[in-house]
Amino acid sequence: MKTRVQALCGVTTLILVTLLLGCNKPAETSQSNTPGKFQGVIKIGEFASLTGKEAAFGISSHNGTQLAIDELNAAGGALGKELKLLTEDDQSKAGEPATVVRKLITRENVIAILGEVASSRSLEAAPICQQNKIPMISPSSTNPRVTEIGDYIFRVCFIDPFQGTVMANFAKNTLKAKNIAILTDVKADYSMGLAKFFKERLIADGGKVVAEQSYSGGDKDFKAQLTSIKASNPEGLFIPGYYTEVGLILGQAKELGIKFPMFGGDGWESTKLMEIAGPAAEGMYFSTHYSPELDAPLAKTFVQKYQAKFKEAPDAMAALGYDSALILVEAIKKAGSTEGAKIRDALASTKDFVGVTGTTTIDAQRNVSKPAVILTIKEGKFKYVETIAP
Amino acid sequence: MPHRPKSTLFAAVLIIAALALVVPQSINQYYLFILYDIGINIILAVSLNLINGYTGQFSLGHAGFMAVGGYTSAYITTVLGPKLLLLLGGAGTASSSLLFLGSLLAGGFTAALAGLLVGLPSLRLRGDYLAIVTLGFGEIIRVVIQSMDAVGGQRGFSVAQTYTNLFWTFSMAALTIYTIVALVRSSYGRGFIAVHDDEIAAEAMGINTTQYKVTAFVTGAFFAGLAGGLYAHSKGFLTPGGFDFMKSIEIVVMVILGGMGNTLGVILAAILLTILPEALRSFEKYRMILYSLMLVILMITRPQGLFAWNWKWRRRASPATSNKKGSP
Repeated sequence: MKTRVQALCGVTTLILVTLLLGCNKPAETSQSNTPGKFQGVIKIGEFASLTGKEAAFGISSHNGTQLAIDELNAAGGALGKELKLLTEDDQSKAGEPATVVRKLITRENVIAILGEVASSRSLEAAPICQQNKIPMISPSSTNPRVTEIGDYIFRVCFIDPFQGTVMANFAKNTLKAKNIAILTDVKADYSMGLAKFFKERLIADGGKVVAEQSYSGGDKDFKAQLTSIKASNPEGLFIPGYYTEVGLILGQAKELGIKFPMFGGDGWESTKLMEIAGPAAEGMYFSTHYSPELDAPLAKTFVQKYQAKFKEAPDAMAALGYDSALILVEAIKKAGSTEGAKIRDALASTKDFVGVTGTTTIDAQRNVSKPAVILTIKEGKFKYVETIAP
Repeated sequence: MPHRPKSTLFAAVLIIAALALVVPQSINQYYLFILYDIGINIILAVSLNLINGYTGQFSLGHAGFMAVGGYTSAYITTVLGPKLLLLLGGAGTASSSLLFLGSLLAGGFTAALAGLLVGLPSLRLRGDYLAIVTLGFGEIIRVVIQSMDAVGGQRGFSVAQTYTNLFWTFSMAALTIYTIVALVRSSYGRGFIAVHDDEIAAEAMGINTTQYKVTAFVTGAFFAGLAGGLYAHSKGFLTPGGFDFMKSIEIVVMVILGGMGNTLGVILAAILLTILPEALRSFEKYRMILYSLMLVILMITRPQGLFAWNWKWRRRASPATSNKKGSP
């Protein structure tokens, strides 16, 4: 009996201690170093999938955003104030974005929100930002519905219809392929959307879908689908999925002796793809937002700085995260105020903003039109192929 | 002895009802929505406790029932809502409250129906086998919703009005606690515990075990459906991915941590496990490691459930303690 009481006491103290620590920490950080040159701080909130299924994307995006904020602070902040990025992790889990975004807005009083990579989580957070009249910029949610939530919701990446269309053009013009097979992830809306727009464009251009197969995100064996696709003799296979499954698919396709080219969207972009697929990934293509090989001065310095700080080459998520922060701070400066409505108006009037991922113009639907790049995999690295303008 | 369980029960219900009244609607939205999460998790954990704790059936499909209820009630308020409001006499507070209550109940009943559908054929199975069946069922629900275009499929479903408030959340939580405790403590309800303790003996005593199991399943599913409705109208956005296997596990963890078949313990565990991940936020990436580590420590030191005390009356009413007389 005594030991049980002791154990209970121990556990309770443990919980109380963590609760107390948990409560104290934010207070400490909020009164952190404000050097003499700044008068006050501007708080910017960010929610990202730092842990969980899509952590690779979330961390890249966060690194890019943080880099931009650090640089802007070194260059004097905005409106004479220090910029402060408050980041919350949503564990790649539904239900979490609503909680963390509410926390950022109502407890931390941030003036704007940056995030997320995944469209489903941006869709969960967007109504809360809209309701509180806090501008939100999604760096890389490509689903068209995100910005339809309201006039405070923006994005700095192109949308799914465009990416599907780009890959259809690529298949037609560069691969010279007409009979295409499609392998979709039925669990991912992203995948279904891309496949839909790809198919529409392909058929409009006189191409043909010779086989349509599907899998569920998390599957490990794709041989049945691949065998059936192989039997239909396509000239190319479009796989609009995420890197984990795509890596396995590419590996298994090689085992089955499949020779035709395979290509997909920006969900492929992770070095994990090559880790999983190995040499099977060689010579495959995908569309994305950005390539570190792009010959633009800004892109070059970004790559150098990113590599110096994080010891790896930046991917598209990092570049978009970086651009989203730049565009937001530019709007804050232009608005001359930290009021939600004024920042919103300034954001809406963003025109020909030169960032790392190209020139960004925000349209009336708060989407952007900007070029897509096609990358291929060569000797285990991403290589730039071409840029396809909108 | 009969006074004590009743008085604790009423105390619990009163505390919860008082909470709904005492906390002003003007508190910080972040804390307010954590309170909603607490209420919703209490409903989920207490209702799963009827199935897993009192009746001793291991269900891993609670998130599936929650999804059915959530999607049903969200569909009613979002798609049918505008028309129904006109029928109820315009968009006033009274008519929208009525609409919300109706949608919650509809969600509960649809989930109960789903509980019946899965319960009838599968409850002949026991233990691990049943766990696998309910797990499969939960996944089926999720995949079916994923392919239903009317509720957005994989794209997710935006809920037009976030009706959930403290009053609804905690009155539903109080209703859940009251119903389940009263059910288990009634003379009919002793049958659940009999099924838990020894199915063969219970059957020999003339208890229809299948009927008891189905009743537990349907009741549990009903309240999970209610919780789903509250969840939908508090988060404002539903996606099938949010009702996966991990969500079911979260609820199971609450029940096990609180002590199987110990309603008060399960309520406290639901509160603790909602607050803990939020309180640990400042540890950033170490947060989930700490959280999991705490679960491990808690389970090693308190295998009978964090909040299980061997009170005299509880030993009679609760299967968890009666079953573990030999353990320390």
